[in-house]
Amino acid sequence: MYKYVIRRVFYTIPVIFGISIVVFVIMNVIPGDITSIILGTEGTPELREQLRENLGLNLPLYQQYWNWISGVVVGDFGESLRTGAPILPEILSRFGLTLELTLLASLIAWVIGIPFGIIAAIYRNTKTDIGLRIVSLFGVSVPNFALATIIILVLSLGFNYFPPVGYTSLFEDPLMNLERLFIPALILGVSMAGSIMRMTRSSSLEVLEQDYVRTARAKGIKEKVVIFRHAFRNALIPVLTMIGMQIGFLLGGTVIVEQIFSLPGLGQYILTGIMQRDLPVVQGSILFVAVIFVTINLLVDILYAYLNPRISYD
Amino acid sequence: MSNDPLLEVENLKTYFFVGDQTFKAVDGVSFNINKGEILSIVGESGSGKSVTSLSILGLVQKQSGKIVDGEIRYNGKDISKLSNKELTSIRGKEISMIFQEPMSSLNPVLTIGFQIIEGIRRHNKISKREAKKRAIELLKQVGIARANEIYDDYPHQLSGGMRQRVMIAIAISCNPNLLIADEPTTALDVTIQAQILDLMKRVKDEFDSSILLITHDLGVVAEMADRVVVMYAGQIVEEAPVKELFDHPKHPYTKGLMESIPKIDEKKKRLNQIEGVVPPSNSFTKGCRFAPRCKFAMPECLEQDIDLEEINKDHKVRCLLYENENNSSTEVN
Ligand SMILES: Nc1ncnc2c1ncn2[C@@H]1O[C@H](COP(=O)(O)OP(=O)(O)OP(=O)(O)O)[C@@H](O)[C@H]1O
Ligand SMILES: [Mg+2]
Repeated sequence: MYKYVIRRVFYTIPVIFGISIVVFVIMNVIPGDITSIILGTEGTPELREQLRENLGLNLPLYQQYWNWISGVVVGDFGESLRTGAPILPEILSRFGLTLELTLLASLIAWVIGIPFGIIAAIYRNTKTDIGLRIVSLFGVSVPNFALATIIILVLSLGFNYFPPVGYTSLFEDPLMNLERLFIPALILGVSMAGSIMRMTRSSSLEVLEQDYVRTARAKGIKEKVVIFRHAFRNALIPVLTMIGMQIGFLLGGTVIVEQIFSLPGLGQYILTGIMQRDLPVVQGSILFVAVIFVTINLLVDILYAYLNPRISYD
Repeated sequence: MSNDPLLEVENLKTYFFVGDQTFKAVDGVSFNINKGEILSIVGESGSGKSVTSLSILGLVQKQSGKIVDGEIRYNGKDISKLSNKELTSIRGKEISMIFQEPMSSLNPVLTIGFQIIEGIRRHNKISKREAKKRAIELLKQVGIARANEIYDDYPHQLSGGMRQRVMIAIAISCNPNLLIADEPTTALDVTIQAQILDLMKRVKDEFDSSILLITHDLGVVAEMADRVVVMYAGQIVEEAPVKELFDHPKHPYTKGLMESIPKIDEKKKRLNQIEGVVPPSNSFTKGCRFAPRCKFAMPECLEQDIDLEEINKDHKVRCLLYENENNSSTEVN
């Protein structure tokens, strides 16, 4: 098992290296550069050329890449071309928010999606199941921004509650922090819950038909125990893979919700970076997200191996 | 072997309702299993053997399947109408079951040991330590030498034969009075098959239990059974003690089954299969269900349903050919 973990960790190195190249290339082929944004309307071609020189944007690409990546490897993500502020501290502080939002949203998604998925499977083809499936379809198909609008409208018009915008850190004021993040997390969570529910339902249905579930019943095991001990753990295996993917996507995909609620998260940082062609910011942030994504997948795989003894470690 | 019935199945009907179709998988089946006896149910695929056995423990798929009529009396008490919850104290303790598919019948994410002690601790108030001791004893009893190591293994680490031994260990772990084995050896190769059958016989003698052995292999029947029930299309078509059945098969279907046993001394390559297949259980019509495949079919066979008649002591058959034989024997009496 330990060998398996170590080997998996090693495998992530080329993956991350590859991602860094892809990110770098993509950012450099999109048209436009930061000089026009910094200089605005005053930018004569000579001034811009001067600025490009100063920022090192005139060097050949491989050299730019080398300058960037050799810093990144030792933890120096460089500075923002726009503001001159160092990038890594900015990423880290913003990542805290995005992570919190992601975890809260995931928690909400699991708490809703998994139990209702099991219930739908147990009561399959009854009204309960059909009702749950319809609701989950909404969760899957209504986009985040629409859901956000609906929830805000319902809360403000129906309950006269206006969700606060802006951000208060968890360490400053935990309650305030929760209040500010709860609605955004709910929006993200609800839309994830739909697919988790559907996956849990279908995998539970499959598992409940398995011979070993019948064996457990034939032993006289009580139905509740049959479901939780024998069916649930097996049914969870594919759901877990999905959860890992979702967390990964959320880490880079909370941007719309961050934008709506003016939350200074990582998504917002990347978006602004892209609009301003602030290459080191975008490259650094995306690489960071990629590393996190890969790490989460690694954790999921390890958990997967733990849940599923049939996985061979070779 | 005594003539005390341990289990009496009377006019059992288990149907499946799928859409607007009714599948009469088991359609009026009656038989007894006596204490200490091995009763075998034989019949081709689709004749309703598995559904019969699952009905006894209330394990028929609840979504579409239902016992619509009949009684299943265990020690005189009808258990066919018990709730699922009430049945859980009978399953595994009074009556236990072994299934055809050893590869998929054990839970892949739980250890062998856990799956054995789970049943033991469900029905007996004993500590985990004691249960483990018992489980290891059981593993040794079913012929697993490295019981201590196997205890912590997962099912995928064992061969099919080993897993079926584990299934047997689980099934006998609470000394059940009745062991239902649904094609316990079909998925195993021949040498393992013989070992498992042998084991079942030994276990039966040791615990003085009864066995309901389901199979489509007449070789297994000859080896194991005391009495045999032949099923076709949801009904019993013949019932007799094993020797009687092999010496004097009556029903054309039974005879057809006998002829399809491969015989070593015959040079013929091709087996005498009965032509045709079992009709699907949503398509039964009036009269004898075997008639379309029967060499001796007469127009009368399809005119009305035919009863299972006793033509000799303990020998029953559902066939018009023996109607007169039955009458004459009653005249003699
Ligand atoms: N879940 C179900 N839904 C509908 N019909 C079913 C279901 N389970 C069984 N049946 C029907 O019941 C009939 C008897 O099936 P059963 O499994 O008892 O046969 P069997 O004698 O055990 O055959 P085999 O030797 O293949 O195991 C078949 O016609 C089958 O179509
Ligand atoms: Mg069967």
